[in-house]
Amino acid sequence: MPDQVSLKVNGASISVPSGTTVAVAMALAGQLCRTSVTGEPRGPLCGMGICFECRVTINGIPHCRSCQSPCEPGMEVASET
Amino acid sequence: MANTTYDVVIVGAGIVGAACADEFARRGLRVAVVDRDVVGSGATAAGMGHIVVMDDSEAQFALTRYSQQLWQALRNELPAEVEYDQCGTIWVAADEEEMAEVRRKHDFYADRGVPTEILDAKRLKQSEPNLRDGLQGGLLVPEDAVLYPPCAARFLMQRAQQRGAELVLGASLSALGKGRVLLSDGLQLTAEIIVNAAGAWSAELTPGIDVKKRKGHLVITDRYPAFLRHQLVELGYLKSAHSVASDSVAFNVQPRRTGQILIGSSRQFGAEHKEVDQQMIVRMLQRAQEYMPALGQLSAIRIWTGFRAATPDKLPLIGPWPGDPSLFLATGHEGLGITTSLATARILVDQITGANPEIPIEPYLPSRASKEHAHA
Repeated sequence: MPDQVSLKVNGASISVPSGTTVAVAMALAGQLCRTSVTGEPRGPLCGMGICFECRVTINGIPHCRSCQSPCEPGMEVASET
Repeated sequence: MANTTYDVVIVGAGIVGAACADEFARRGLRVAVVDRDVVGSGATAAGMGHIVVMDDSEAQFALTRYSQQLWQALRNELPAEVEYDQCGTIWVAADEEEMAEVRRKHDFYADRGVPTEILDAKRLKQSEPNLRDGLQGGLLVPEDAVLYPPCAARFLMQRAQQRGAELVLGASLSALGKGRVLLSDGLQLTAEIIVNAAGAWSAELTPGIDVKKRKGHLVITDRYPAFLRHQLVELGYLKSAHSVASDSVAFNVQPRRTGQILIGSSRQFGAEHKEVDQQMIVRMLQRAQEYMPALGQLSAIRIWTGFRAATPDKLPLIGPWPGDPSLFLATGHEGLGITTSLATARILVDQITGANPEIPIEPYLPSRASKEHAHA
C-alpha cells in the first residue's frame, strides 16, 4: 500500500496519506462538499455516514458520502451545487 | 367550538374532503371538516400526485378531463410548495401490441379534443435517454401534470378555512349519518348534510359501501435533476393494474420539481398493515429497472405505503347514499383522487345545491352499486 494517494478535487490534484477519507481530502483542499438547496455551504457534520451533509460527486456518481469514502488513486471528486 | 350546527359536515380531510370543503364554502354554506389525523394524511399522502387524463371508460375520461381543466385554471394560485409541474405523461410501449394501444389512445383523445403525440422508438429515446434500448415508442400527453399532494390538500383546506370552514383534527368518530357526526369525546356536530370522504376507511364508517383498501408502495430518491423529464407509465400497466384480484406492480416514475424521482407503483388487496412489504418493494423496483436500468444507481431516501379506496368498477362514489337522506359520499377514488378531487367537489356540491353539473353525474352515483347488487 503506497503511503500517499493522488486524486483530483474540483479539478486540482492533491496528494493525501493513504487511508484518508474524501471528506478530509476536501478539507485539506479547502473545498466545500456541497451547497444546500437554499444556497448555504455544507460539509461533514456527523462524520459517520448518518447526516448526509458531506455528499460529493465521486467519479461522476452524485450524492456519495465523503466521510464514508476512502480516497483512491486517480479518483475525481467534485463539490455538489 | 362555538357552534356545533352546520350546513355540511365532511368526514375526512384528505384532498377530496378538502376540495369539497372549499367548494361548499365558496358557495356560501357553513362547513365543518373532521379528521382523526391531519390534513392529507391518508391516501393523499400515498398518492403520486398525477393530474392526468385517463381513458378506461367514458365516465373516467369525463371526470379526469374536467378535473384536469379545473387544476389548470387553479394553477396560478397554487403556492410553490404544491410543486405543480406540467411535465406531461409518456405512456411507454414495450412491444407492437402496446404500440397499437398507443394509436388507439391517440385516436380516443383526438376525438375528445385532448392533444397527444405519438413517439416512435427514436423520439422516445431522445425524450428520455435513461429508458432502456429496444422500447417501441410511446404516447406523449403534454397537458398532464404532477404536484405534491399533501401540500395541495393543505392549500385547499386553508382556502376553505379562509372562506369560513371549520376544521377539527385528531377527532375519532363514534357514529356518522342521520344528520349528525358523533365524536368519541362526546361532541356532536349536526348538519343537514353529512359527507363521507374518508377514503379507504369510508366503508368502516358507513357499512355497505363497496370500497376496499388497496395498499400501495412509493419510493423517492435523492435529487438528480435532468435524470427524468416526463412522467413515464408503462402500457403493461393495462395488463397489471386492472386486475382487481391480485397484487401487481407497474413502472411509473415522475420527475419532481426538487429533482427527485418518485417511483411507483404497487397495488395489493387484503394487506391491512402499513409496514413496507419487502417483497413488493423488490418487485416494484425490479420492474422500474427493467424500463430504466440507471435507476439502480440512484439513492432512495424514503419508502412508504398507504391505502387507497378501491371500488369494483374503478369509478368513485359521488352523491347521495340510499337509505340516509342526510348522507352523501365522496370516496372510492383509488389512484386518481388527486386528479379527480376538484371535479368531485364540483359535481357533489352541484347535486346538493341544485346547480347544473358540467358533466353527467350518473356514472358516479352511489346508487349504481346498489342496483348492481339488486340484479346479482
